[in-house]
Amino acid sequence: MGMTVVEKILARATGRAAVKAGDVVEPGVDLVMSHENAALVINQFLEVFKDTGLEARIWDSSKVAIIFDHRVPAESPKTATNQKKIREFVAKHGIAKFHDIRGDLGGICHQILPENGYVRPGAVVVGTDSHTTSHGALGAFAFGIGATEMASVWALGTALNVEVPATIKVVVKGKLPEMVGPKDVILHLVGLLTAEGANFKVLEFHGDTVRSMPTSGRLVLCNMSVEAGATSGIVPADDETLRYLREEAGVTDALVPVQPDATAVYERVIEIDVSQLEPQIACPHTVDNVHPIGKVAGTKVHQIVIGSCTNGRLDDLEVAARILKGKKVAKDVRMLVFPASGRVYAQALLKGYVGDFVQAGAVVMNPGCGPCLGVHEGALGDGETALSTTNRNFKGRMGNPTSDVYLCSPAVAAASALTGTITDPRTVIGGPQ
Amino acid sequence: MSTVVIVLGDDISTDVIYPGRYMATVLPTETPQFAFVDLTDFNAKLRAKQVPQGSVLVAGKNFGCGSSREQAVSTLKGHELIVVAKGFARIFYQNSVNLGLKLVEAPDLEAKEGDQLEIGPDEVVNTTTGRRFRTVPMPPARQAIVDAGGLIAYTRRRLAGKSKA
Repeated sequence: MGMTVVEKILARATGRAAVKAGDVVEPGVDLVMSHENAALVINQFLEVFKDTGLEARIWDSSKVAIIFDHRVPAESPKTATNQKKIREFVAKHGIAKFHDIRGDLGGICHQILPENGYVRPGAVVVGTDSHTTSHGALGAFAFGIGATEMASVWALGTALNVEVPATIKVVVKGKLPEMVGPKDVILHLVGLLTAEGANFKVLEFHGDTVRSMPTSGRLVLCNMSVEAGATSGIVPADDETLRYLREEAGVTDALVPVQPDATAVYERVIEIDVSQLEPQIACPHTVDNVHPIGKVAGTKVHQIVIGSCTNGRLDDLEVAARILKGKKVAKDVRMLVFPASGRVYAQALLKGYVGDFVQAGAVVMNPGCGPCLGVHEGALGDGETALSTTNRNFKGRMGNPTSDVYLCSPAVAAASALTGTITDPRTVIGGPQ
Repeated sequence: MSTVVIVLGDDISTDVIYPGRYMATVLPTETPQFAFVDLTDFNAKLRAKQVPQGSVLVAGKNFGCGSSREQAVSTLKGHELIVVAKGFARIFYQNSVNLGLKLVEAPDLEAKEGDQLEIGPDEVVNTTTGRRFRTVPMPPARQAIVDAGGLIAYTRRRLAGKSKA
């Protein structure tokens, strides 16, 4: 019986000839990632060793990545103290893949990992962040876990009692229309699947649309796979994956892409034709409450956010800058831009996008998660509405339970910044012929 | 017998259970104060210890969706609540197994605040309405961690095995 990509990866990681959905396995892990919640991981890690007479040792510090992104720079003494404790732990245990608050090497974990070549095709990656699914974009099996599970992985180097997930094959076909991009594809898919439609399952992406999509776009698809409940999203590695890792991430060692067998068993196959897809909006307060933009166009917004682990990459900033260049953000709206990493910020500076944003009236913030999860920078007032390229619109997500959050692509966000209302970017630039 | 103290709908996210703005608080001893902090009445009852341990929180599908934050589990565990829902999101489910928060998956459940539930191995009986609801058994891989007393205990056992080997 043939295997899916994730089954193949888990077979390799467990030293077995084959595994199938439903098997329970204990794969060795190739990379593990935490952000500020490493503070809790450290606490649980020390707890594991307490009274055992064993020294608290990480199984392999070279495979541990820690990135500060959720609250950078620290917004409170409590956070600053947590970060201080993590730095001390990092130094003590010799964790080299540590990305502190820096303008050159810092950024959002789900951008730092790809751009530094930490994630390889065929790898098993776990992270204490639900959007760890992102790294499936490089052909790895990557999934989110809690802090205690990470403490266990730090101690043992294996993930315990992993149930091999069933896989849903998603075939995306057709040329994306002007001003419609990867974010619209994944919002549309989450709307189709619903917020729990892929719970405990993998989304394996195929089709000519995905094949011709750059890694930046594949990261968007895999990032938001978790919004349909998926354990992970994955794009089988191909020439584009190798190009990205060689040219952008500077990887020089051998890379071994993993392909699914032609006879792989999928739980379901979903085909989507995106050639007529319209810009999509996820309306409050669930990510699967997705509609074509026409349904909510004209809705007044108070804050526009471009950034996050979903849409803060150079391609995203380019689309937005093209729309905003030489124009002005509407007077009654605040626009915040968060480049996904220091490297992205530097590239955006060189390309002139940062200047375009600032001259238009946007505020360009430091790389980080920003207001996405309501802990830091850009809180909403009572009853206010945000339009954001982030990934979640749950009640209270941006810190205020009386506010509304709509999710969209960078093109929609930029077009809407010009008007102060939810605006179809095709009416602002390059409209339908 | 357990009393239903609150009934919530589908897709209750970890942002509702434990908002992101309290995520710098990480210790299980400190997180319980922020459980459902934006549902101000329920949070006040929890903090005033007016909700007895072993009380039931009833929810719909996909309970605990969203963030992997473990605080969403430790905050409920701190009050020794039992969550009976039509379904659970994966990471929340696994975190609950790891930390020992009791979850019961009952896809057809119907219950109102104040109802009394009897939680058995295969079913939940709503003794107030007399109706019985099947439950979905926990997969053995997860049950093994629960039986060991949580993931820390389970991991310690593995470490002991490793150091002998």
